[in-house]
Amino acid sequence: MISKALVKEFQKAAGKENVMNDEADRLTYSYDAAVLEPVMPSLAVRPVDGEGLSRVVRLCNENRLPLTVRGAGTNLSGGAVPSTGGVVVLTNALNRIVELNTEDMFAVVQPGVITAKLAAAVEAQGLFYPPDPGSQSVSTLGGNVAENAGGLRGLKYGVTRDYVMGIQFFDVNGEPIKTGSRTVKCATGYNLTGLMVGSEGTLGVFNEITLKLIPKPAYQKAMVAVFDQMDGASRSVSAIIAAHIVPATLEFMDNFTIRAVESFSQVGLPLDAAALLLIEVDGHPAQVEEDAAKVEQLCHQHGATSIRVARDAAERDKVWQARRSALSALAKLKPTLVLEDATVPRSRIPEMVRAMQEISREFEIDIGTFGHAGDGNLHPTILTDKRNRQEWQRVEAAIAAIFDKALAMGGTLSGEHGTGIAKSCYLEKETSPATILYSKRVKEALDPNNILNPGKIIG
Amino acid sequence: MSNLQELIRLMKELEDRLVVCMRCGMCQAVCPVYTQTGREADVARGKLALLDGLMKEMLDDPRSVEERLNRCLLCGSCAANCPSGVSVLEIFLKARAIITGYTGLSPAKQIVLRGMLSHPETFDRLAQWGARFQKLFVRPVNEVVGTSCARVVSPLLSKRHFKPLADEPFHSRTPSAVTRPGASGITAAFFVGCLIDKIFPKIAQAALEVLDYHGVGVFLPEGQGCCGIPALSSGDLETFDRLLRHNVELFAGGQADYLVTACATCTATIKEIWPVMASSAEPAIREQVEALASRTVDIHQLLVKKVGLKEPEAIKTAPQTIVTYHDPCHLKKSLGVMSEPREVIGKATGYRLVEMLEADACCGMGGSFNLQHYDISSRIGRLKQENIRATGCSVAATGCPACMLQISEALSKAGDRIAVKHPVEIYADAIKRQ
Repeated sequence: MISKALVKEFQKAAGKENVMNDEADRLTYSYDAAVLEPVMPSLAVRPVDGEGLSRVVRLCNENRLPLTVRGAGTNLSGGAVPSTGGVVVLTNALNRIVELNTEDMFAVVQPGVITAKLAAAVEAQGLFYPPDPGSQSVSTLGGNVAENAGGLRGLKYGVTRDYVMGIQFFDVNGEPIKTGSRTVKCATGYNLTGLMVGSEGTLGVFNEITLKLIPKPAYQKAMVAVFDQMDGASRSVSAIIAAHIVPATLEFMDNFTIRAVESFSQVGLPLDAAALLLIEVDGHPAQVEEDAAKVEQLCHQHGATSIRVARDAAERDKVWQARRSALSALAKLKPTLVLEDATVPRSRIPEMVRAMQEISREFEIDIGTFGHAGDGNLHPTILTDKRNRQEWQRVEAAIAAIFDKALAMGGTLSGEHGTGIAKSCYLEKETSPATILYSKRVKEALDPNNILNPGKIIG
Repeated sequence: MSNLQELIRLMKELEDRLVVCMRCGMCQAVCPVYTQTGREADVARGKLALLDGLMKEMLDDPRSVEERLNRCLLCGSCAANCPSGVSVLEIFLKARAIITGYTGLSPAKQIVLRGMLSHPETFDRLAQWGARFQKLFVRPVNEVVGTSCARVVSPLLSKRHFKPLADEPFHSRTPSAVTRPGASGITAAFFVGCLIDKIFPKIAQAALEVLDYHGVGVFLPEGQGCCGIPALSSGDLETFDRLLRHNVELFAGGQADYLVTACATCTATIKEIWPVMASSAEPAIREQVEALASRTVDIHQLLVKKVGLKEPEAIKTAPQTIVTYHDPCHLKKSLGVMSEPREVIGKATGYRLVEMLEADACCGMGGSFNLQHYDISSRIGRLKQENIRATGCSVAATGCPACMLQISEALSKAGDRIAVKHPVEIYADAIKRQ
C-alpha cells in the first residue's frame, strides 16, 4: 500500500481529483486488451501537464514504485497491465495537438492524442498520417509509438516507426530528454528516437512526439478478388510484390473469416470462396489505373474466379467495411479471442497460410486467418472459451506452434502488437541469449531501480 | 438480501454474458460520459470489469461498484459499437437490480418509485397538485423554449432551467379513447408515457390528430402507468414488475395491430427491455409481453412504414422554418430508427430539415442520470446545444420527450431562442396549415 503522505505528493503533482486509489477504480486499470490475468495497481494517476507527468515519474522512482503508462489500454500483448502495487500513469488528459505544421509537414502531439483524431485533423489540412492500427478510433499516439503500431497500410506507407521524427520524454528521474528534430534530416547524437519507438514504456515516459506527415494520395482504387483455392490467393500476393507493384493495402481473408463476416453483416461475400484478397492501389490517377489493371491480371493468372472493382466511393467503403468487420464478426463466435500477429517475409505467405490450417487441425481449435498479407503480417485469430481449461491448454500449445513456424521462416513473433508480457518468454528464440543480455544492460543502465514498466519485453 | 455470498451467486448468473467482453476498449470511442471524464470506470469496459471483479470476489464492497455502475446514461452507444456484441444494457440493468437487492433502495428512491411511480393513480394525483402549486416556486425564463427556473434559491432546483409540469396532463383531457380504423385499415394502441402525459401533453394530442388524419384507429386505455424504466434503472425490480403487469393487463386485451408510443425510451423499453426482464415470469405473462413487444413500433416508424405519408404540397411563397433533428439513443442505437423521423419532418409543408453535426451523439439526459450527475449531464448537453445552434435553426426536433427536456435546458441556459418540438408536433402543425 502507498502511504497517505505519498498519495498527497501524487495529488500535488497531478491534482487531487486526478489521483485514484479506491479499490474499484484501481481494478479498472488492472487489464488491457490482451488475454492475460489482471494485476491490481496501488494507484492510478492522471497528470494534466508535462510538469505533472515529470513529477509523477520522479516520485515513482524515488519511492521504487513500478510505473506503467496507459493510453487507451488497447494493448494486445499486456504492455499496459501494471505490476502488483505499482502506479498506472494515464495519458488521456495529455491530449493536445500542440502544433500542426503544414509548411514543414509535421505534427507535434501530446501522448494522449487519439490516433484517428490526429488523422482527421491532418486530413482537414490536405495532408496524410498513414499508420492506422485497428484500434485507431480509441488508441493513443503515445501507445502507438511505444508499441510501434502498424495497420493496414504498412506495405506501402510503413508503420508508426517511419513517422516518428523526434520525441521529448522524461527519463526515470523525471528529467526531460530531447531526441530527433523537426528537420527531414538529422544526424546528431545517438538515434534515441529509434530506441524509444517500441520500448513499451520500459525506458522513458513520452511527453511530446513529433510526427512526420505526407501529402495525401490523389486517387485510389479498391477491388476484391475471389479465389476457390487458398494457394491461389497467397500466390497472387507474392506475384503482385514480385511485379514491383506496391498497393496501399493488400489484405487476405480465409474461408472461416469470410463466413463469419457474411453471417454477421451480409455484405455479399461469396460463402464458398476459399479466400479473398482485398486490394487498394493509390497515387497518381494514371499510375493507379495501370497498377490496378496489372493487379487484376495477376490475380486472374493465379486463379481468381472473379474480381470486383469498386466503381465509386460507396463501393470502396463496402470493400473496407467487410475487412473492418472481420475481427468483430469472429469475436461474436466465442467468448475468448486471441489475436496473434506473427509475421513472415512476404514471399512466405502461402506457406504461412497453410501452416495455420495445419495448426488448427492438429490442435483441434478454431482459427480464423485474415490480415495484412501484403506485408507478411497475418492475424491468426484463435476462438475459444478460456473457461474450458483443456481447450485453453491446446490454445497455448498452438500459439507456441505458430511462433515456431513464423521463426522457422525467418519471421518475427510480432508484426505490430509488441512483445509485452505475452511474448517475452519467446523473445530469446527469435534473437539470442546475448541479445537479451544486451537489452537487459541497456535497461539496467537507464532504469537502475527497474521501475519503468518492469517485466515487459525482456521479462 | 443482505448477504454477500447471495449477491455473488446472483452475479454468476450474468457470467455467460459478462465473458463476451474481450476488453478491446472500442466503447471508449462512443461513450458520452467517458468522453467527459476520461475515467475507465465510466466506460462500459470498466463497468464490465467491475462486475466481473465482484463476481470473482476481487472486490468486497458492492456499494463502490453500484456507485460507478450508476454513472451511466444507459444510452446504449457502447452496445451499438461493440465488436463482440455484449448485451450491455441487459447486464447493467440486471446488475443494478442485483446490487440494489444487496444495498437496498435509498429512502428518497423508495418514496419516488415505490410510493409514487408504482401506483399510477397516486402519481397522477401528485403531479396534478404539483402543476397547481409550481407557479409559487418557479417563474418562466425563456418563452421560446418554454423553460422555467426557481423563483428563490432552492437546493433542489439549483440553477436549472426546466420544463414545468403542464397545466393539464394529457390523461385528464383525454382519459381514454377507442376509434375505428379509417382509410389505413390499421388500429394502434397508444401508450402515452409519463413525460408526454405530464409535461408534453401536446405531443400526445398531436399524435392522436395525426393518427386520425391518416385514418388510423386508436385504442387508448384509461389508467396507464409508467413503462418502468426509471424503476429498473434504479434497480427496483419490484416496482418495475408491478408496472409491467399493470400495463400488460391494460394493453394485452386490445384488438390493436400495433402498440405505438411517441417516446423513444418507452418504445425501446417495451420492445427490448420488457421481454428480457420478463424472462423469469410465469409463461402466461411472458407470452403476453413478447406479443406486445413484437407489436410495438415507434410512431414515426408506424407513420412511414405502415401508414405511408404523402408528398407535401409545395409552398412557394411561405418562408420555410429551419428544423434540425437530434437522434434519441433509444431510437437510433436501440431500435435502428433514424430515417423515419426525418421523413416525417420532410413531409411537413413549410419546414426544412438541416442536419446538425453529430446528430446521433447522446444529449446527456439519461433519465435519473441527469438528477444524480447534473454537472456531467450538463457538459454533454452543452455539446448538443452548440451543434444545434450552429445549424441556424429555429426549431430543434427529437423523437423523445426525455431528450426534449435536456435539449430545452441546454438551449435555455445558453439563451438560444430555439423551440424544441417532437417531429409529430411539426407534422400535425403542417397538416393544420394545409
